[in-house]
Formats: sequence, C-alpha cells, structure tokens
Amino acid sequence: MTTQAKPEEVSAGSGGTPFLSVRDLSVRFSTEDGVVRAVDNLSFDVAPGSTLGIVGESGSGKSVTNLAVLGLHNPDRTEISGSIKLDGQELVGAPNRELEKLRGKKMSMIFQDPLTALSPFHTIGKQIGETFRKHTGASKKEARDRAIEMLTRVGIPQPTSRVDDYPHQFSGGMRQRAMIAMSLVCDPKLVIADEPTTALDVTVQAQILDLLKDLQQEMGTAIILITHDLGVVARTAQDIMVMYAGRAVERGTVREVLKAPQHPYTWGLLSSMPSLTGDVNIPLKPVRGTPPSLINLPSGCPFNPRCDFREKVIGGGCTSERPPLSPATGHAAACHLNQAQRQDIFIDQIKPRLG
Amino acid sequence: MLRFLVRRTLGALVILLIVSMVTYALFFAIPADPARLYCGKTCSPENLALIRHEMGFDKSWPVQYWNWLSTIFSGGTFNGVHCGAPCFGYSFDKKELVGGILADRFPTTLSLTVGSAVIFLIFGIGTGMLAAHKQGKAADKIASSLSLLASSMQIYVAGPLALWALCYSTDLLDLPTYIPFTKDPIGWAGGLLVPWIVLSLIWTANYTRMTRSSMVEQLSEDYVRTARAKGMSGSSVFMRYAWRGAMGTIVTVFGIDLGVLLGGAIITETTFSLHGLGQLAIQSFIDSDLSLLVGVTVVAATLIVFFNIIVDAAYALIDPRIRLA
Repeated sequence: MTTQAKPEEVSAGSGGTPFLSVRDLSVRFSTEDGVVRAVDNLSFDVAPGSTLGIVGESGSGKSVTNLAVLGLHNPDRTEISGSIKLDGQELVGAPNRELEKLRGKKMSMIFQDPLTALSPFHTIGKQIGETFRKHTGASKKEARDRAIEMLTRVGIPQPTSRVDDYPHQFSGGMRQRAMIAMSLVCDPKLVIADEPTTALDVTVQAQILDLLKDLQQEMGTAIILITHDLGVVARTAQDIMVMYAGRAVERGTVREVLKAPQHPYTWGLLSSMPSLTGDVNIPLKPVRGTPPSLINLPSGCPFNPRCDFREKVIGGGCTSERPPLSPATGHAAACHLNQAQRQDIFIDQIKPRLG
Repeated sequence: MLRFLVRRTLGALVILLIVSMVTYALFFAIPADPARLYCGKTCSPENLALIRHEMGFDKSWPVQYWNWLSTIFSGGTFNGVHCGAPCFGYSFDKKELVGGILADRFPTTLSLTVGSAVIFLIFGIGTGMLAAHKQGKAADKIASSLSLLASSMQIYVAGPLALWALCYSTDLLDLPTYIPFTKDPIGWAGGLLVPWIVLSLIWTANYTRMTRSSMVEQLSEDYVRTARAKGMSGSSVFMRYAWRGAMGTIVTVFGIDLGVLLGGAIITETTFSLHGLGQLAIQSFIDSDLSLLVGVTVVAATLIVFFNIIVDAAYALIDPRIRLA
C-alpha cells in the first residue's frame, strides 16, 4: 500500500495558503443539442510561486476551467457554480468590472497560438503597453518604456526597435515571447499558460518553457500550465492534475503521478508517449476509443468504455457508480480499483512498456 | 506608396482603353444606324451618305475608335462647335459636346450618392454594431429581420411606394427634383430627400448585415479574447479590436459600392426621374448616341477603377500586414 498522504503537499506544492483555490467548480454550456457539462465538480489549489500542470485530451475541460478562472465565458450561455478564490477574493459571480481589474493584473493568460492571439492591427509595444496603462494608469511614454523593458526580459533582440513591429513581423517563438511579456507586464501573481508551446518548433518549445521557469523564479508567479504533453509537465511543473471528461481523475506531485500513476487513464497517456531512453521496439499504445460526449456522459465512471481494467473491479461498480477522487489529500485517483490492484497492474503491465 | 500609385494608375488606363474599345466594338455589333435616325423620315441616299460622313460613321470601327481616342488629346470641331482637349466628342443627337452633358448630369448623381451614402453608412454601421453587441438578443433579432426585409426590397417597388406614401397621398415631402446645392442648399436636400430615403433604406440593410457579420466574426477572434484576458473593458474590446478588424471589410465594400453608385444608379434615377448619369446611360443607348454612350461608360468605369485604387490604398492603412507594391 503506497498511500502517500502528505497533506501539506496536497496539490499546492510548496504548501501554505493557496493563491488560487477552486472548489466544486462546474461549468455548463447550453447548446442546441443539450447541456454540455464541460467541467464537473472540480477542485484544486495552486500555491504562490508553484506550477500546476493540467493534463488531458482535447475536450477534457482544461481550457474551460481556466477560462472560467479568468471569467471569459459568455455569461448568457454558460452556467458556472462552485467557488474560485483568487488570493481570497471570490471570482464566481463577481461583477465584470471587478474581473476586468484583476485580469492582466493579478492573473493573466498566455494563449496557445501567438499568431492569432495577438492583434494584427496593433504593434507589439502597444499591445504590451496597453495592459500596463489600463492597470497602472501610466502615460504612453511610460507604457512604451515598460514594453521595451519587458521585451528585453523575455529575450527579444533589439527591443527598442522591435517594440514598434507588428506581430506578423515576429517569428513564432518571438511572438510567444512577446505574448509572455504581455501577460507578465503587470507582475501578475498567477499566470495561466494554455498550451503555450503547442504551436511552436520543438527547439523553441524548450526555450519558452525555460523562459517561463526563469521568470517564475524571478517574480514568484504561480503558473497553471495546460498541456496534453506530459513531457512538458515533467519539465516544468511541481504538481499534476489529470483531467478526463471535466473531472480530475488523478492528482499529485509530478514525481508521484509520473513515477507511480494510479489511474488507468494516466497509464494510457503515459503508454502513448514515446520514450527517448526506452526500447524502440516497444510499440506505442494509444488510449483506445474516443473521448466521451460531454452532453451524454457514460454512466458510472466516464472512462469505463475505454478502460482495459474494468473487469478487475470487484462488484463491477464501473458502469453504475462514479468513483470519487480519493484520498481527499495527497496523491489521489478517481478509480474503483483498489490500491493493491492499481499497484500490481502498474508494475506488471504498464511499467515495462514505459521503458 | 508612390510606386503603387503609378503602377495602379497605368493599369487603370489600360482597363479604360479596353472598356472604351469594347464599347465601340459592341456598338457596331448591334444593327443600329445612327445616321439614319439622325437623317429623319425624308432621307435621300445622298443626304444619308453625307450625314454618315459628317458623323464619321462611314469609316470602319477601329478607325473611328482611333479618331475618338486621338480627339481626347487633340480636341476637334463638331458642327462648328469647338471642343478643346480633353475632348470626349460630340453628341449629334443632343447637339452638344459630350463633356458638357456629362458635367451637367454628374452633380445629380453625385448628390444622390453622397446624400444616401452618409445616411446608409451612419445607420447601417450603427445598427450592425448594435446587433453584434446584442448578439442573439431581441435587438439583434429585430435588426436582422428588418434588414433582411429591407434588403430584399427593390428600388422599383420601394420607390413608387415611398412616392405614394410620402408625396402623392400625403404631401409630406417634395417630389424628387434636382436643385443645385450652390443655388439653394435647402431645396437641394428637400428635392432629394425621398430618393435618399429609399436608396439608403435598401443600402442600410446591406450594411447592417455586413457590419453585424464581420463584427460577430471579429468578436470570436482569438486576439479579441486576448484583449479581454488582459483586462480591456468591453467597449475598448469592441471598438479598438473588433471594429478595427471589421473596418477592412466595410471600407473595401463601401469603396466599390461608391464607384458603382457614382457611375449612375440607373434604376433609382429612372424611378425618380432624376437626370443623372444612370439615366443618361439608358438614354444614350436608346438614342444610339455612340459618343455619349462611350462617354458615360468611360466615366462610370473610371470611377469604379479609381475607387478600387483608393480601397486598396486605404486597406494598407487599416491592415499593417498588407504592403503596397
């Protein structure tokens, strides 16, 4: 039995009061086909200065969760319940004026594709400076100086001239650097990076991740890193939350989740990832099937139609009962398999494949 | 920028040459004999030949075209009337210089266009932005249905209806007439009010639909979301980002529409009996008045080509990704 219950390290990494605390968050969209339960009863914490990696397939609710934190969902079509507390301030139900003051200042976001996420009509300097002016009331001159300072910090060469360039005059990696500069211009305490390296070359990916890490150490920012790439998480994060169908199915520290994963879905994700050091003859094994429709979720455990191990569950609760994330603190998984079974399956069947 | 203008102007001249040449060729392809029309009922063959010679119709069309083209630069004398360069020929039907007729008719079309353009731009873009802002709500649905209704109207339906409702049965507004602005600005506006209303009603609907759809498209762009994510207020996101993006489409379409409208709103002018370029085009065709027909065609084509160049230049100002070369 390896229940690593270290309550202080729940999912908050370095401990203490979490900077962001999400409790029982549900996000539902009404569509013509029915209600999409994009996020369902999700809870997690992010401690100041730590990095939480959120991993999952497309449509698992990663981005929806974080857009809810920023309050960017269209209120007419979205129903949000639960609680999101940023530095003690409740964000769910907060008026838009309040959220506008927080966005870009206390919390900011780095988007996936910097080409489409930056306005083609405004210079890089204007887009960075605008955020600064909005939140600090700085003059145009001060905002421009600040933009140059930020571009220097993120490693853009010749920042005094590049500040007047438009995004299309930047390369992909430089655009993402500019995007990072923009999101950090007001020294936010929380940065949400939504697949920040997916649109970039592999070589540039590493640079961007290192840059984020450096800036985090310099400024003490908490980061939520959304990705489907476990390699990125292993490199950058302290904690991991694996999401499936709008819920957390496993969470723990990077070490716990990557070295001793407990949920069949996490096993699947790990087995579908190539290993540089492992045997090349071991074929990759993708998670079979497709992610479920969020309008009509499978009953019981939403992963059960794709799970290879559901026959092993004593009493067969997989199709009837939704497993809770347990234990409540520390390394936890939402699965009907008991601890001994999970460990046996991982060691016998999964670990050899991971190389 | 200079290179762009020079290159595009040269291109425009080539287009105008082709347009005028095609107009000439087409005119000679139809079985009309202007000389016979001009000669009248009691027409002896000698007379006819004389008139034909006088009008220049005894030569082949390429020669005539060449004469027309060279007269533009060299000028000429027709029926004892001297025509200095640039000379666009002489209308034997109207017994006037083509340049003079065009200069006489253009202000009517210009007034009609400018007045209604101001109205439809203000109301069209305004309503479209309102609809995009209230997307999916009652205001949007009302605006969208009304504009669909209005844009499916035709001038020849809406025009007479408006005349009946506003002029004949109620005497609310003046019957359409053209009074030069310089002579009587109030009379100018009063005389054109009904055509303005009808023309801009239909165009407002088009611009509402276009503005709404490009705004809705822009509002779903990633960079608009980024602007919101960095704390920009709703109005600043709407104007500085979404409108900035939508502007390109609207300016492009407006530039082209303006060229077309200035070249003569044929149906509108006919419906309201306004003597503008559009009506002149029809008249010159019915009268087989070649020099006038070519004149109107070239003016209309010039306007369209000119506004196309303006649009491209304006687009480069709006969108920094476009470079003129």
